[in-house]
Amino acid sequence: MSATAVEPTAGAHDAHAHHHTSTGLDSRKIAIWAFIGSECMLFVSLISTYLIYKGKSRVGPYPHEVWTDPSTGHTFGAILNIPVTSFSTFVLLMSSLAMVLAHNAVVNRRVKRTTFMQRLEGNSFFWLISTAVLGIVFLMCQAYEFTSFVHEGLGLTTNLFSSSFFVLTGFHGAHVTAGVLWLCTLAAIDKKRGLREDEGLVVDMCALYWHFVDVVWIAIFVLLYLIK
Amino acid sequence: MATTVAPPTFAPAASSPSYAGDKTGVWSWITTTDHKRIGVLYLFTSLFFFIFGGLEAAVIRAQLAAPNQSLVSAELYNQLFTMHGTTMVFLAIMPLSAAFFNFLIPLQIGARDVAFPRLNAFSYWVYLFGGIFITLPIFAGIAPNGGWFGYAPITTMQYNPGLNIDFWVLGLQILGISSLAAGFNFITTVINLRAPGMHLMRMPMFTWMSFVVQFLVVLAFPVITVALVFLQFDRFFGTNFYTLTAGADPLLWQHLFWIFGHPEVYILILPAFGLVSEVLPTFSRKPLFGYAVMVYSGILIGFLGFGVWAHHMFSVGMGPIADTVFSLTTMLIAIPTGVKIFNWMSTMWGGKLQFTTAMCFSIGLVAMFTIGGLSGVTHASPPTDLQQTDTYYVVAHFHYVLFGGSIMGIFAGIYHYFPKIFGRLMNETLGKWHFWINMIGMNLTFGPMHLSGLLGMPRRIYTYDANQGWDLFNMMSSVGTAIIILSTLIFIYNFFASLRNGPRAGRDPWGASTLEWSIPSPPPEYNFAVLPNVTSRYPLWDVTDGHDLSREHHEGHENRDDRVPTAKELGIPMPMNTFKPVMAALGLCIMIGGMTLKHVNFYAFFAVVSGGGLTLVISLYAWLTSPLEEAH
Repeated sequence: MSATAVEPTAGAHDAHAHHHTSTGLDSRKIAIWAFIGSECMLFVSLISTYLIYKGKSRVGPYPHEVWTDPSTGHTFGAILNIPVTSFSTFVLLMSSLAMVLAHNAVVNRRVKRTTFMQRLEGNSFFWLISTAVLGIVFLMCQAYEFTSFVHEGLGLTTNLFSSSFFVLTGFHGAHVTAGVLWLCTLAAIDKKRGLREDEGLVVDMCALYWHFVDVVWIAIFVLLYLIK
Repeated sequence: MATTVAPPTFAPAASSPSYAGDKTGVWSWITTTDHKRIGVLYLFTSLFFFIFGGLEAAVIRAQLAAPNQSLVSAELYNQLFTMHGTTMVFLAIMPLSAAFFNFLIPLQIGARDVAFPRLNAFSYWVYLFGGIFITLPIFAGIAPNGGWFGYAPITTMQYNPGLNIDFWVLGLQILGISSLAAGFNFITTVINLRAPGMHLMRMPMFTWMSFVVQFLVVLAFPVITVALVFLQFDRFFGTNFYTLTAGADPLLWQHLFWIFGHPEVYILILPAFGLVSEVLPTFSRKPLFGYAVMVYSGILIGFLGFGVWAHHMFSVGMGPIADTVFSLTTMLIAIPTGVKIFNWMSTMWGGKLQFTTAMCFSIGLVAMFTIGGLSGVTHASPPTDLQQTDTYYVVAHFHYVLFGGSIMGIFAGIYHYFPKIFGRLMNETLGKWHFWINMIGMNLTFGPMHLSGLLGMPRRIYTYDANQGWDLFNMMSSVGTAIIILSTLIFIYNFFASLRNGPRAGRDPWGASTLEWSIPSPPPEYNFAVLPNVTSRYPLWDVTDGHDLSREHHEGHENRDDRVPTAKELGIPMPMNTFKPVMAALGLCIMIGGMTLKHVNFYAFFAVVSGGGLTLVISLYAWLTSPLEEAH
């Protein structure tokens, strides 16, 4: 039997034999990376459309230029509010930091923590909730931005810029919302029974997704807001 | 309707205790998470849609058989050709391939199931519900009518205000989710669940080609998702993505669609390439010629497939530089494809050929796909393409690659793997009749289209005047369609008769070489009693020390009465049956499909969409918080 091309593997009858994987990684980790790869194409398509339509709008308001409506004579300022968005970008970046600390807290349960700062560092619930709250602050900034645009006369259907802007940033906002729900679910589990050290992957997957959404925002912030 | 609840009927065909495990009955099929059962569900459903799409084509050909006929109205004709294309691409060929992904990939790599069995069930049910959603409107005469590539702005509210396009947009979104979920699942399965020793370069060619296809799926589908979201927002909320008066680019849709659409072509053909790459070596009694080059050419086809999309758009006036670039990349892609053709021929060269039905269909693919590939090269050249685009010449081309390529390859796969899937052999005599009649019918249908096309007959016209030189060719095409229908009837009879009365197959009726043939037919729910340890590309052919490897080691696990032990008896933990993925799929489809109500009644729209969304979220939470396997 030993020299055959098809032979039993050691421990095949072991209840955990099916958890053997070719790479040694958990399958969920590979799947989340495949998912993120797919999401890249989603955002690439959305961002490309925005860039293709940049400067093609027939009427204002425009993102970076002042526009006077020829029929009414009303003047609209440059619509993008870079200080507010810089703040929300900073908030989202900080949420990634909190996310890393949440993962760190879950996978290092056995570390002995005595001082207040050490216990804070090991408080996974605190960091998960912090990440979610920072995500919510980002979403509130986006909600403020959207409503102020509408008040200034830029609705979803106003021009090519508004359509491509709202759909792109709206899609990103929907991703942040999904991430916040994910984080709250993890926080609830952590509160209820405590995430175990061997459950680091569950947090890791959420973290990968969260960082990805964060990185997409960096691209959006640079391409939409900073480059005129 | 589309469920074709036939699967349970063949449950007794399995030798013991029932098909893929000890569970029986319709409910056990609805709640199954077994990749083999899901593969069978895919097979029956997609064969149903294949026949449905074929009937749509039959009406089209009846209408075009002679000039100036009025069997159907122009509007109904638009719906028929749109739904024929949409059905064949998204509801027939892709899921027929998915049936083989499901059934074969875990068996070929020596795994007990896919990486995420419940996600796999979810993919199937989303496909089924999405297929029903997009198919039903034709019975009310409000089916999608914008062609299978639904060019905007002609599909925007301004030019197409009915519900027709809404069904198409939302139906494709649903089907896309099914394909994406399956894509993540199979990428993970192939990367992570290979048996010990199953290195990437030992994987069977079908698994390899399917692996490439999954990457195409997960990278191409998001692009059409975005294109469809734009179209939906334009139609529902009045955004301007395709509104020309607002300054929109009339080519935006075409670019986005074909960035998806051309990889989609390879999504349709590569699994068929994989299937014939299993059949040809088996019945040539030779290893596949140039295995490594076959792998690399498949990867190269997938890679180049993302760089040729604008050859669908030569007539829109992109300018000489873009035309030249896309012409060159398109011609380049003929190289890896040609390599495959030559490797298949070299595989057969000098082999002991056995002309089984599966072999006939595989050789049929090599011949017919080559014709379709060559006509494809002719319209890689923009000046030639300008003469051919939007004529029946193009219709002839893509039917030679899709019918002569994908469908022939899938038929080869069905005849080859029927004994493994159902434990019984198909009738070879009827199979040969099916093959030859199909071959004649196919060439009679699509061959003359080259000529009617070159004589100027545009595609998608619902009728034409006599004496333009098209009459004879159209009559030939219509007669050919009748012959294809005849051959398909033979196939259907053969399929169901063999399901009941075919001779028992045994493990390896063809003397094939790969892992799936080392286990009983149909395989037990756990596939492999012990995970195999693979030491070569052809584990059942490569005898390292004189033993018959496939049998010896399995016989120890079987009782004398040839009863296959259950998973429980062997102590192998298997995924439990669950209804949650079905509920999640139903919720998702109600949520997305219910959006069509936006143009009917806002309150109904709101109620149905939020009800579907709520069902989806609750099912997802229930699914994710429940264990996959019974506690052990």
